[in-house]
Amino acid sequence: MVSGSPDQQRIVITGIGLTSPLGNTLADLRAGLLAGRSGVEPYEIRYVGKTLAGVCRFEETRFQSRKDVRRGTRAGCIAVYCSNDAILDAGLPWSDLDKSRVGVYIGLTEHGNVETENEVYELSQYDHDIKFWSHHHNPRTVANNPAGEVTINLGITGPHYTIGAACAAGNAGLIQGAQMLRLGEVDYALAGGVSESIRTFGIFASFKSQGALASHEDPTKASRPFDKARNGIVVAEGGCMYLLERYSDARARGAKIYGELVGYAMNSDATDFVLPNPERQAECMEKAIRTAGLTPDQIDIVSTHATGTSGGDVQEAQALRRVFRENERTLYNNSKSFFGHAMGAAGALELAGNLPSFADGACHATLNLTDPEPECDLPRMVRDTPREGVRVDTILNNSFGMLGINSSVVIKRV
Amino acid sequence: MTKDDIRETIIDILSDIAPDDDLTQLRDDVAFREQLQLDSMDFLDIVMELRKRYRVQIPEEEYLHLRSMSSTVEYLEPRMRDLQKV
Repeated sequence: MVSGSPDQQRIVITGIGLTSPLGNTLADLRAGLLAGRSGVEPYEIRYVGKTLAGVCRFEETRFQSRKDVRRGTRAGCIAVYCSNDAILDAGLPWSDLDKSRVGVYIGLTEHGNVETENEVYELSQYDHDIKFWSHHHNPRTVANNPAGEVTINLGITGPHYTIGAACAAGNAGLIQGAQMLRLGEVDYALAGGVSESIRTFGIFASFKSQGALASHEDPTKASRPFDKARNGIVVAEGGCMYLLERYSDARARGAKIYGELVGYAMNSDATDFVLPNPERQAECMEKAIRTAGLTPDQIDIVSTHATGTSGGDVQEAQALRRVFRENERTLYNNSKSFFGHAMGAAGALELAGNLPSFADGACHATLNLTDPEPECDLPRMVRDTPREGVRVDTILNNSFGMLGINSSVVIKRV
Repeated sequence: MTKDDIRETIIDILSDIAPDDDLTQLRDDVAFREQLQLDSMDFLDIVMELRKRYRVQIPEEEYLHLRSMSSTVEYLEPRMRDLQKV
C-alpha cells in the first residue's frame, strides 16, 4: 500500500508536456476530448498507400535547433518537445537544479523501425551498396535514443533509458519514474511515453496483414472501440511526458499538483503473442487498486485501453466487468476513439486527457460508440458526450500491449 | 565541374547539414570548424553526400583535405572536373 505513506514516498505529477493529434497543450487536448473532436485524418505512407492516422503538428524548433532536429529522430524530437514543456509547466527553477538528480524514463512500443525502413529504402536506390548506409543509423536506432536526446537537449546528467513495453509503455514509463523517485535514485523524473510509429509503414502493414487496421470512408468514424462496427486500430503519433517529484518536495516549493500516483501494477499474460488475457488484465487492475489502498467501487473513471480490434475490446470489457462489477460509481471512457492509438505514448497521453476531470468535474466520452458490441457493453460507459458535474477523485488508467504486457495506474486527486 | 560549381555544391550540402548557420559569411580560407557548428558526424555527412550525388569516394586518410572550403575545392577539383553538376 502506498497511500498514506510518508511524504517522500508519495509521488505527484507537477508538470505535463504533450503533443497529440488534438493539440499540443493539455488545454487543447482536453478541449478536443470534451468537444467530441476527432483527431483522425487521411494519411499516406510508402507501400501501404492511403490509410488513416492521428498526426501531431508541433513547432519542432521550439526547443531544438534545426540541426538537432535533422540529426535526431522523430521520437527524439517529440520527447524533447514534451520534456521541455513539462519542465516549463512544472515551474521548476531549471537552471539552478542539480541535473545529475534528474532521470529520464520514456516508454516505447518500438524504436528504430522508421530509420531502418528509410535507410533500407535509400540503400535500394544505390543498388544495395552498403557504402551508402548512413553513419547516423546506429545513434538514431539505439533503443535509448529518445531519452538520450532529451538528456543532450536539457543537459541532464542523471540516468536515462527507455522502457520497451509495447502499448503499455506510457504507463510503464510513468511507473519507472515513480519507482526511481521512491528509491531515491533521482529527485525529479521526466517520465511518460512517445511514439513515431506513423512514420513506419511496417506498423500499418502488419496490422493490415493481421486484419487489425481500421478503415472507414469517414476518417473521424474509423476509431470505434467497443462498437459493433469496429474493424481495427487507427495508428497515431504522440508524446506525453510528466514531471514527477516527491510530494514533500512539491509541497515545499508550492507546486501545482495534477494528481498523485497512488497505485500501479504491471503483469504478464504468459499466454499469447497478440490475444489479450482478461484474467491477467483484471488481476493487473485489482493489484493497482489494492496498492492504492482503494477498492474498485472507489474508482471514479477508468480510462480504458481498448483499441477497436475485434478480439481485444471484448477481453478488456470482460476484465472490467470482473473488477468493477455493477458498482454505481465507476465511469468508463476511451481516448483512442478520438485520436487513434498513440502506441508508446498512448498510456501517458490518455491519462493526461483525463487528469483535468479532477478540476472540471467532467468525464470525457467514448466517440463513435453508436452500437455497442453486446459482449463489450458496459452500462456506465460514457458515450458521445461528456458526463458533466461528476466528482472525480480517482482515475484508473489501463494500457495493455502485445506479448501480454499489462499496466494499470491509479491517480488520485491531492 | 568548375571550382565554382564544386564550391556551390559544398555550400548546398552544408546548408542541409548546418541549417542554423549563415553560410553567406563563410570565409573560404578558415577551417569549417572554426566558423560552423560541425562535428565529426557532420564531416561524414559531407563525404556521404558527395558519394551519393557524384559517386566521389574520399578515403578516410584524406578527410583532412576537407578542413576548409579552399582546401576542399582544391582537393575535389581534379576528382570532379569531368563530372556534370546535378
